[in-house]
Amino acid sequence: MTALAVDTPTATAVARPVLEGRDLSKRFWVRRGRGPLTRRARLRAVEGISISLDAGQVIAVVGESGSGKTTVARMLARILTPDSGTLLLDGVAVQGRRTRKYASQVQMVFQDPFASLNPVHRVRYHLVRPLRIHHMAGPDVDAAVSDLLQRVALTPPGQFADKFPHELSGGQRQRVAIARTLAVRPRVLLADEPVSMLDVSVRLGVLNLLADLRDREHMAILYVTHDIASARYLADRIVVMYAGQVVESAPSVDLTDRPAHPYTQLLLSAAADPDRLVRPALAGNGAPPSLLAPPGGCRFHPRCPQAMDICSRVAPPSVDIAPGHTAACWLHVAAEDRHATEAQPEPHTTHTEKDLQKLSAGGTGG
Amino acid sequence: MMSQLDRVPNAAGALPVVPAPALADPVLEIKGLCVDYGFGDDAVHAVTGCDLTLRRGEVVGLAGESGSGKSTLAMAILRLLRAPAVITAGEVLFHSKPISGGGKAQTIDMLAAADRELRMVRWSEIAVVLQSALNALNPVATIGAQFDDVLSVHRPGLSRSARRDRAGELLGMVGMNADRLRSYPHELSGGMRQRTMIAMALALAPQVLILDEPTTALDVVTQREILEELMRLRDRLGFAALFITHDLSLLVELADEIAVMYAGRLVESAPATALFRAPRHPYTHGLLNCFPPMHGERLPMVGIPGSPPNLRDIPPGCPFHPRCPWVMDRCKVDTPTLERTEPRRAVACWLHEPGVPMPDELALPYPVITAVPGASAGLAGNAGAGR
Repeated sequence: MTALAVDTPTATAVARPVLEGRDLSKRFWVRRGRGPLTRRARLRAVEGISISLDAGQVIAVVGESGSGKTTVARMLARILTPDSGTLLLDGVAVQGRRTRKYASQVQMVFQDPFASLNPVHRVRYHLVRPLRIHHMAGPDVDAAVSDLLQRVALTPPGQFADKFPHELSGGQRQRVAIARTLAVRPRVLLADEPVSMLDVSVRLGVLNLLADLRDREHMAILYVTHDIASARYLADRIVVMYAGQVVESAPSVDLTDRPAHPYTQLLLSAAADPDRLVRPALAGNGAPPSLLAPPGGCRFHPRCPQAMDICSRVAPPSVDIAPGHTAACWLHVAAEDRHATEAQPEPHTTHTEKDLQKLSAGGTGG
Repeated sequence: MMSQLDRVPNAAGALPVVPAPALADPVLEIKGLCVDYGFGDDAVHAVTGCDLTLRRGEVVGLAGESGSGKSTLAMAILRLLRAPAVITAGEVLFHSKPISGGGKAQTIDMLAAADRELRMVRWSEIAVVLQSALNALNPVATIGAQFDDVLSVHRPGLSRSARRDRAGELLGMVGMNADRLRSYPHELSGGMRQRTMIAMALALAPQVLILDEPTTALDVVTQREILEELMRLRDRLGFAALFITHDLSLLVELADEIAVMYAGRLVESAPATALFRAPRHPYTHGLLNCFPPMHGERLPMVGIPGSPPNLRDIPPGCPFHPRCPWVMDRCKVDTPTLERTEPRRAVACWLHEPGVPMPDELALPYPVITAVPGASAGLAGNAGAGR
């Protein structure tokens, strides 16, 4: 499906990704309807996503709400168990429940620093707890705490260690949340919209802190966001998700300067960009599909201004546009290959005619 | 789209080389408005001495971070604030001239108006679109019933079927199907709820629309669709809009004029393009540097050091001085007021006093005239390339 720098551990032992997810899928069961009509429906949150995080790199996952980007981050953190697919930490498959050892390698920063810190405890408590749980406290806990605070630029540390979360601003709280993840010396940081709840003027500070951790401490960072401009600023590579699937993946400047997938083009035309005096027309319309019954073929085809006949029937393969730049779109498949696929009896579609009818009849819910 | 194209000559109209277009007459004038929460020494000064003018058919953007007082300012215009909020000083003048041409032109002092007078203005002449559409809509009534409420009170002459037709027409105006009148708010997506809110605000053909972060909770694509819809409606219906948001980069594309708020004060106001190309206040300059660009080389950006002040504890002097890179001794003591420095621009900063050395970043000439006047595309290219 969506191959994202898939290199087998044997092939390149040196540049092995720290954390890799291969072909991850997650479905949720949701209740539809009320009273006696209640039924359970399967929501396909994420389907067949492969993603690999290298040391010293920031990968951004960009998409609208409901595109499955947070689910990907949570699966990588093993807060959620994938329904299918494998997780590899240092090339070794991990299975079963999340172990403490895994947590000490892979840590997550959550969106809302107002909710992720315990309001009745001081900053020191938040930082000491992971140290103790992971038996990393050492003889001098205070020194460890002030070191952590210094690493996230909360200086002088003495001033911050004894504060309660409510005494801190949003940006400072998010720094404490990041310091807490750093306590166990993880090698992977999964940041789920770390700046979207913060004031505009302090966002860059937190993004720069993440960039610092990448450059100085060589951490592998996943940056989940809906803001493509900040992804371009921070990330080395951007992965664009739509309706639970990866539609495009490329080095970040490549992706924003030469978007190949119509959905990426739509996102970019919708993003605020004061530099252009005349805005391009919005490339497409409508809203993301219901994940209870996603459209067959390419999931973007009902909104795509360039949709072709094949798009509604066969899911597009992932195509190499340039080195390191892939897009899942039929537009980038040579015409003869497209016709060859079209001639075959639809092998890829997961939907029957009935599914599609059901979708067009009442697919607005969700 | 057309609205964007239409705006370009407008933006160019601010150039000194082209005679400035005649300004529309003001529809809403705010002078020296102060709003406190609480009394006496405990009072929190949420809005201090704000001057703002909204002209007919114009979009004025009010930008600021959370807690800067921008929503308080907007709610004060309609006197929608509840205790402990107190309007302690200032003047809000509404120069009413109904769009339909039916009513008489008059000036209403909003802060002195009696309840009956306020009721005539609220919604009919000045309507508000609130941020959280799910909380603003009644969850137990259908969209149709909520339209019906408004129309039956304010347009008593309309029959039931005429009201229904009008409601359907309003939904159609914001790109929704009239079938949706039978839906409950929870059955609509976030974007549709916000569209419904806009349709309801426009139900009585107001002269002024106040939009309080109308698209903040929405996805970028939905946000863009709604804003384009809104601009089309503005061109068609001719209302003026006060658009409140924390997203300055969005305002630059959308608004005719932008006012920037910080810690309850307006620190700068200018035509949108001028503000973006050549900010005059250190805070505006810093805020613009908080939005990573979508083009060109990726350069490290710093944002603004520190964090916005707590309104309970506003620094003395200029409230921005602890975060300002060009702070002077005077800034720590005296509070600057919004002064007109150039045509159509005002800034509250001591750096703009005569005799004070001005940092280059705040003295960018605007416009950057390198092309033949009127060739706005050339102007855009050059300015963009300079980044």
